[in-house]
Amino acid sequence: MMRGVFFLLGCSVLTVLAYWAYSENYKTQAEIERVEALRYEIADRREAIAILTAEWAYLNRPDRLRRLAEMNFETLKLIPMTADHFGTLDELPTYSPPEPKFPEAQWVNEPPTAPRVKVGGQYP
Amino acid sequence: MTRIPLRPLARVIYARATGENPNHVEKAARARRDRKSQKALRRQAEARLILLCLCFFLAFVTVGGRMALLATSKPEEPTSAASHSTLVTARAEIHDRNGNVLATNLLTRALYARPLEMIEPERAASELVAIFPDLDEEKLTKDFTSGKRKFIWLKSTMSPEQRQAVHDIGEPGLEFGRREMRLYPNGSVASHILGGARYGSQAVTSAEIIGVAGVERMFNDMLGDPSLGGAPLELSLDLSVQATLERVLEGGMNVMGAKGAAATLMDVKTGEIIALASLPDFDPNSRPAPPQDGEAAYNPLFNRAAQGLYEFGSSLKIFTAGLALERGIANRGTMIDTVGPWEVADAEIKDFDDYGPELSVEDIIIKSSNIGSGRLALMAGKPAQQQMLENLGLKDVSGLELPEASRAKPLWPGNWKDLETVTISYGHGMSVTQVHLAAAYATIGNGGKQVTPTLLKLEQEPIGQRQVYSEETTAELLEMLRGVVISPEGTAGLADVPGYGVSGKTGSAEKIKKTGGYEDDKLITTFASIFPYDDPQYVLVVSMDEPEIKTAGEAHRTAGWTAAPVASEIIIRVAPMLGLRPKEQAETSPQLLLTSQ
Repeated sequence: MMRGVFFLLGCSVLTVLAYWAYSENYKTQAEIERVEALRYEIADRREAIAILTAEWAYLNRPDRLRRLAEMNFETLKLIPMTADHFGTLDELPTYSPPEPKFPEAQWVNEPPTAPRVKVGGQYP
Repeated sequence: MTRIPLRPLARVIYARATGENPNHVEKAARARRDRKSQKALRRQAEARLILLCLCFFLAFVTVGGRMALLATSKPEEPTSAASHSTLVTARAEIHDRNGNVLATNLLTRALYARPLEMIEPERAASELVAIFPDLDEEKLTKDFTSGKRKFIWLKSTMSPEQRQAVHDIGEPGLEFGRREMRLYPNGSVASHILGGARYGSQAVTSAEIIGVAGVERMFNDMLGDPSLGGAPLELSLDLSVQATLERVLEGGMNVMGAKGAAATLMDVKTGEIIALASLPDFDPNSRPAPPQDGEAAYNPLFNRAAQGLYEFGSSLKIFTAGLALERGIANRGTMIDTVGPWEVADAEIKDFDDYGPELSVEDIIIKSSNIGSGRLALMAGKPAQQQMLENLGLKDVSGLELPEASRAKPLWPGNWKDLETVTISYGHGMSVTQVHLAAAYATIGNGGKQVTPTLLKLEQEPIGQRQVYSEETTAELLEMLRGVVISPEGTAGLADVPGYGVSGKTGSAEKIKKTGGYEDDKLITTFASIFPYDDPQYVLVVSMDEPEIKTAGEAHRTAGWTAAPVASEIIIRVAPMLGLRPKEQAETSPQLLLTSQ
């Protein structure tokens, strides 16, 4: 009688443990698959970053920037930097009083949002 | 099983009848029974033992089988372990001093063919040639249809458009392999420093990249070392300055019809190369093959600045003056006999012009007198001269981290007599690279400390360098060099840049004939300069190969007309980029202005 009870109890414990181990195994495998997928995604993203870095460097190569500056000279008025482009602090326009200190200066935006630097003795 | 009684009645009766003890019958029967049960027990124990052995055997077979499986299976990364690797690309990037990318990797695909899996090999061959015109259709068809070859590499890299076009052929025998391609986004900028790379051993999934020249080759092991985590190699170059310098130099070279040009810009204190250019140059993305014929010096792959050994002529006179001042043989004002021509060991030493019977040491530099310089060197003597040249780093390789530079050992005369002492005092008879010259000028610019040129970005100034000249000497040498530029009689009047106090010395050396002796009208002109004058920061050396410029119908070939104005233009453009603020011209020393008048 007692033996039969222990036997039944043992069997049910074994079944429960087996089910638990089985489900844990499958959960682990699912997690491993997810990690694998994430790693592939990370690798893809890193690859994309590498390509974008290369492209960024390629688009910012000095030759191209120079050509672009020359092509857009009319709007940007960019010229090679020379010794004349150094300014001093007192050349900077002041924010207050609100009226411009240099009336001849033509601001693109009103009021000026950024201090402008004298270029070649003139304000651009 | 029939149970036999211990005392069978028949036997007992029989025993009694024959007069035997009937108890013996029982004893015998009991003994028989015991033997039988012993036998059974033994058999059972044996069976248990065999079972146990079998269990052990199975267990060991399982363990052994697992070990055999592990030993023969392919190694596999533990997939469940977290990945900390930051490495994607096989080779580290190369950056300039500000972090701009000079060399990086791009993922691309290589194309290979498996002819045995091809369905329409002829059509595949003709369509491949339409996509890649450099392939040979006849050869491809032969390879695809011969049946002898199982695997053929077709292309090592391709663009995404080309890849799509190959896909569109729809041939299952054409397959792609993952490839990393070395990319130099700035094209030919700094080509001689970067060098280039090629593929080493190739597999379907990856290929090894090997540096073939420049820093790519010098630091090949470091760039390909995965344990460094892909940390970029930081060079001392400044990309913007390098690009500007190359552009201005190329402009100057074209205007003057020079066959080649080179320039080196160096930090006087650290010896870091900020920019180094050699023209003509090349695109490291498609590095040309080394030419089989023609003069090596006109090959675009040849690095004129770090590899080419040249006689730099009068640019070296300043070191002779430094020697005289340092040894106390003369001071700036000491008058030296300059009557020419001067005969030394059956050779005539002449000056470019007749500078009168005598000149001060300062005027020898400003007017560039060979005779004066030679006499100063003779006064100092050969051992002192050699010692000084060695201390300046002009005896051994420059130490620049380029494979080309590590082979460029200065050429010293085998037999160094008085004549050599005299000619070397004004830069003939001894060949060094431009980088050597720049490093020697940096010594004048930094207060007399020896400089080792480097292409690597340094975190701090090097310490413990040898003092070649005293600070007083270098200050005087610098004033003389300034005089060369601002004095009306100086040879480099065209080199001055307002606000930057350019100081420097010209050198116009006749090219050495292949047959020996010197060419008459083919010059290598050099202008070696230090700027700014009041706080020297940089050395710029510009050299041009056979330049000529015509002004007012007159052809000029000397350095003052060719290399000096190009150097000046470079400084105008580059100095503001280096963050140098121009100084008012009046700040130059009043004494100097006095001398210049």
